[in-house]
Amino acid sequence: MKIFELIKNGIWHRNPVLIIGIGLCPTLAVTTSVSNALWMTVAAMFVLVGSNILVSSIKRIVPPHIRIPIFITIIASFVIIVELLLKAYQPEVDKALGIFIPLIVVNCIILGRAEEFAYKNSILDSLFDGIGMGLGLGFALTLLAFVREILGANKLFGYTFIPGMEPSLMMIMAPGAFFTLAFILWAMNAIKSKQKK
Amino acid sequence: MELKALFTIIISTVFINNYVLSQLLGLCPFCGVSKKISSAIGMGFAVIFVMTMASFITYLVYKYLLIPYEIVYLRTLTFILIIASLVQLVEMIIEKFSPPLYQALGIFLPLITTNCAILGVTVLNIESGFVTAEFGLVKTVVQGLGAGIGFLLALLLMAGIRERLELADVPENLKGLPITFVVAGLLALAFLGFAGMKI
Repeated sequence: MKIFELIKNGIWHRNPVLIIGIGLCPTLAVTTSVSNALWMTVAAMFVLVGSNILVSSIKRIVPPHIRIPIFITIIASFVIIVELLLKAYQPEVDKALGIFIPLIVVNCIILGRAEEFAYKNSILDSLFDGIGMGLGLGFALTLLAFVREILGANKLFGYTFIPGMEPSLMMIMAPGAFFTLAFILWAMNAIKSKQKK
Repeated sequence: MELKALFTIIISTVFINNYVLSQLLGLCPFCGVSKKISSAIGMGFAVIFVMTMASFITYLVYKYLLIPYEIVYLRTLTFILIIASLVQLVEMIIEKFSPPLYQALGIFLPLITTNCAILGVTVLNIESGFVTAEFGLVKTVVQGLGAGIGFLLALLLMAGIRERLELADVPENLKGLPITFVVAGLLALAFLGFAGMKI
């Protein structure tokens, strides 16, 4: 049952982006289309799960005062793996996501989970925590990308959504990202305060 | 090498391609440290310094270490380690030689390592082809400097607005992060106006 709990926590109760508010840079920058968002989720989740498992399995031999550099090195190695895999098998995705693939290294979610969860818990728990957090990130990314792609490009997965509608270019650029996230967070707050009553 | 090229790089990184407001990099400190103008200034200058230094060092390492030994694929790992150790070094030097400055910047320095704008600048320096360009080192450093100034500008604008917002009557559910993003969106909309600039 704990597994279920861990995944649910990642997606909803402790959603890294929507509740805690970390890992915002990739969230805003790559959500110009749903397919970009999904690829980003896959890449980030691979790194998250990989680093969680590795950190959790070496937690007894890592000296506490140099753990952060060790974690960063582990994360960076997984990011390099993703980078090379995408370059080899999905060059278009690699081009679309651009520098945001190497930037997974500095995504606070991954270092945060390594430090906060994997360093203290068992390998299996860390694995499911990684999956849960990855899905939580994916949920936030997809939601944002869904709104932005429809309003900004009038498309969904590259197909025209409503024929003849003039898309608002702003939504696909930086301001649209900020506004969409602002409204989603507003809605989240409203839901939370209603639940409290 | 004309000064015009350098001027173009500065204007383009500060206004047209502002790292925060149009490229969406470095948002965590942008939201976290923009509550007060004084801390925004401290963070901004710390970022300018580290960005310029990091651009300089990563350029040299990439050109004279990674390329000759054909280990370019280690770029991400190398750069993040360089930035982390640079931040540590800067922290130690400032602590030793200027305690007042350390007290002003101290708490921001560890935060800078995970600021994605810094890694972003160093990676973009490489991707914009400065390595093979004439006077690449100068251009790289200027781009790093410009990116830092752009970050300071965005942070200052945001902090100024947020200080005023403290007194405003914001709806309960919109308080905190949501209203910050609405403000950021409006700022980004204003910066979109620079996109039409031709230089």
